[in-house]
Amino acid sequence: MARLRQCAIYGKGGIGKSTTTQNLVAAIAEAGKKVLIVGCDPKADSTRLILHSKAQTTVMHLAAEAGSVEDLELEDVLSVGFGGIKCVESGGPEPGVGCAGRGVITAINFLEEEGAYDDELDFVFYDVLGDVVCGGFAMPIRENKAQEIYIVCSGEMMAMYAANNICKGIVKYANSGSVRLAGLICNSRNTDREDELVMALAARLGTTMIHFVPRDNAVQHAEIRRMTVIEYDPTHKQADEYRQLAAKIVANTNFVIPTPIEMEQLEELLMEFGIMSVEDQTIIGKTAAELAAEAA
Amino acid sequence: MSTLSREETEALIAEVLEVYPEKARKDRAKHLAINDQSIEQSKKCITANRKTLPGVMTVRGCAYAGSKGVVWGPIKDMVHISHGPVGCGQYSRAGRRNYYVGTTGVDTFGTMNFTSDFQEKDIVFGGDKKLAKLLEEVETLFPLSKGSSIQSECPIGLIGDDIESVAKKASAATGKPMVPVRCEGFRGVSQSLGHHIANDTIRDWVIGKRDGQPFASTPYDVAIIGDYNIGGDAWASRILLEEMGLRVVAQWSGDGTLAEMMNTPKVKLNLLHCYRSMNYISRHMEEKYGIPWLEYNFFGPTKIVESLRKIAGFFDDSIKEKCEAVIARYQPMMDAIIGKYKPRLQGKKVMLYVGGLRPRHIIGAYEDLGMEVVGAGYEFGHNDDYDRSIKEMGNATLIYDDANGFELEQFVKRIKPDMVGSGIKEKYIFQKMGIPFRQMHSWDYSGPYHGYDGFAIFARDMDIALSSPVWSKFVPPWKKAVPEEAQKAA
Repeated sequence: MARLRQCAIYGKGGIGKSTTTQNLVAAIAEAGKKVLIVGCDPKADSTRLILHSKAQTTVMHLAAEAGSVEDLELEDVLSVGFGGIKCVESGGPEPGVGCAGRGVITAINFLEEEGAYDDELDFVFYDVLGDVVCGGFAMPIRENKAQEIYIVCSGEMMAMYAANNICKGIVKYANSGSVRLAGLICNSRNTDREDELVMALAARLGTTMIHFVPRDNAVQHAEIRRMTVIEYDPTHKQADEYRQLAAKIVANTNFVIPTPIEMEQLEELLMEFGIMSVEDQTIIGKTAAELAAEAA
Repeated sequence: MSTLSREETEALIAEVLEVYPEKARKDRAKHLAINDQSIEQSKKCITANRKTLPGVMTVRGCAYAGSKGVVWGPIKDMVHISHGPVGCGQYSRAGRRNYYVGTTGVDTFGTMNFTSDFQEKDIVFGGDKKLAKLLEEVETLFPLSKGSSIQSECPIGLIGDDIESVAKKASAATGKPMVPVRCEGFRGVSQSLGHHIANDTIRDWVIGKRDGQPFASTPYDVAIIGDYNIGGDAWASRILLEEMGLRVVAQWSGDGTLAEMMNTPKVKLNLLHCYRSMNYISRHMEEKYGIPWLEYNFFGPTKIVESLRKIAGFFDDSIKEKCEAVIARYQPMMDAIIGKYKPRLQGKKVMLYVGGLRPRHIIGAYEDLGMEVVGAGYEFGHNDDYDRSIKEMGNATLIYDDANGFELEQFVKRIKPDMVGSGIKEKYIFQKMGIPFRQMHSWDYSGPYHGYDGFAIFARDMDIALSSPVWSKFVPPWKKAVPEEAQKAA
């Protein structure tokens, strides 16, 4: 069999990482590959479309019940869903308490020690919480974990800003390990000239926009039924989009150390595409009242 | 016998600094100095309370050690919870010899280890629920406990647990004070910040709780603050104050109780022994209640007499008279001790490296025995400690702040003191070098050393260490290597 490929999906919170990942993985599985999804988000919503469940019982919750993670067996935490896709959620605390990052570290170490990454697998996909907020969420991109990072983004300013920040995190680990940026996945928000803009950003970062996933309500229709489009409506054109994305990722060999850009360069790019207007230095720090007084 | 001249001491410092890389040398140079009694402010010659250099063998502890181990730990009728993984509590359990009266496990809890024993799941999901449960269990299992303190270990600060709200709820449920202490070990540069944080929690959660409540005052009410009752020190101090007619209302924190702390704002004078660890709360009570505070020193008869008279000076003539009577009563005992030990110890030189008080406070006791302190330093002193040290120490004496293993060894090799007084981490190094040693944190499991009773034991212990025949059986390596120099030095 081919070497196991470990991929991590990052991107701004709410950009559609989990939905994109699950549809993508469903398409890869449909093509006959063996895939494992590891949800690295305390929300534990990275596998629900594969398993048709509300939220999978997580490694950390099971560990807390059993006493410690050492008391668990692999089959306790591993569920198999659509297309034979294996699913694990790391889990973690409610917002505002504890340390979710530590949960990710514990869960991934557990999977490794228990041999979850067996010879049968072709792909592991890590679906990681919005931003790399602490060391725990960088766990999937450390040495001997994910080698390929895909960043989900859109033509919105903050999504691109987040993508650039994630690249900074990748650089840190790329210089000491084997992790590489493998491409941007544009999950369309129907903003102006979105594809061109994301392609331009990708070029600046030293990579490519691997696929442009158009916006389509079929995704939502499937999601309400806790299914991927691939499963719910395999003939829909949106299912083909995910199949194309899957085929591109399977064939991808373009792995780079990213070249993140400075904030000014990012702003210039946005201005170039008309997302942001040219900054008027004279208005900075002035209140509405002051500006009105000046105008008068 | 060699006392180094100012030039020789300067050369020694330069020699020690020589081995450091440039940046480290620049830093350490600020922490090594030669005493000059003409200087008013120590900051002109030494820097203190700064971050330790990475890579050196420092002797310092952490903020948790300062709060749990020093300030809060000895309050005997409270349960002090080491909140976090088990190690911090277990490895510091009963480490300081804070003697106390009571039945351990029933109404006193000093030598026990209470911990929330954090596991992976507590880090990930937070430990608040576990803490609430723990406080509940403490109340069930130890109903005579008067309250609890929650001593935060590092992870508590990292995961941001809300221990304050847990403490408030538990306090409301039990009617007992529950004190959350944010003394995570990574805060600050040494245990010193832990003392300060602990003082602040005493201010916020204890002092003032009995304001307005009736209290049968006398004009002679005092509190002992900053005596940890190591080997019974506070007891040996307390009797002197009582014999001179004062009423000791509270004693902190060695053999102390929560009620004593709460009653402290009722006293007329706060007597502060360890300035470094408890000046904060003394200043607070001065500001809020107008209670004056006085630093005193009960090491050795000279300082004891000085301190007793200073304390009596705050009160009326009846106290002053009794004070003189106390001094007169103990004088023959002191004369006998000095008569016995001074001839054996006269001229012996000591180097000290202790925490934040003793390197200056104990000099007088050595001098009473005819001994001389030729080098001293603090692990975690601040500049106000060095301000106070300058006057106590001889000119040209070596001073070292936050000294590390290498520096101490080099200094001792060159200064060749007859005895070193420091902690357990230093003890075996210097004993193996053939140098008599006394632990000056724990009194080497002896004590007390405070007060007149303590001086008798102090003198005996120094003599035991120095006069032991075992030292004549050792030949330290440098005496083997350069016999001529050793002879010259002798």
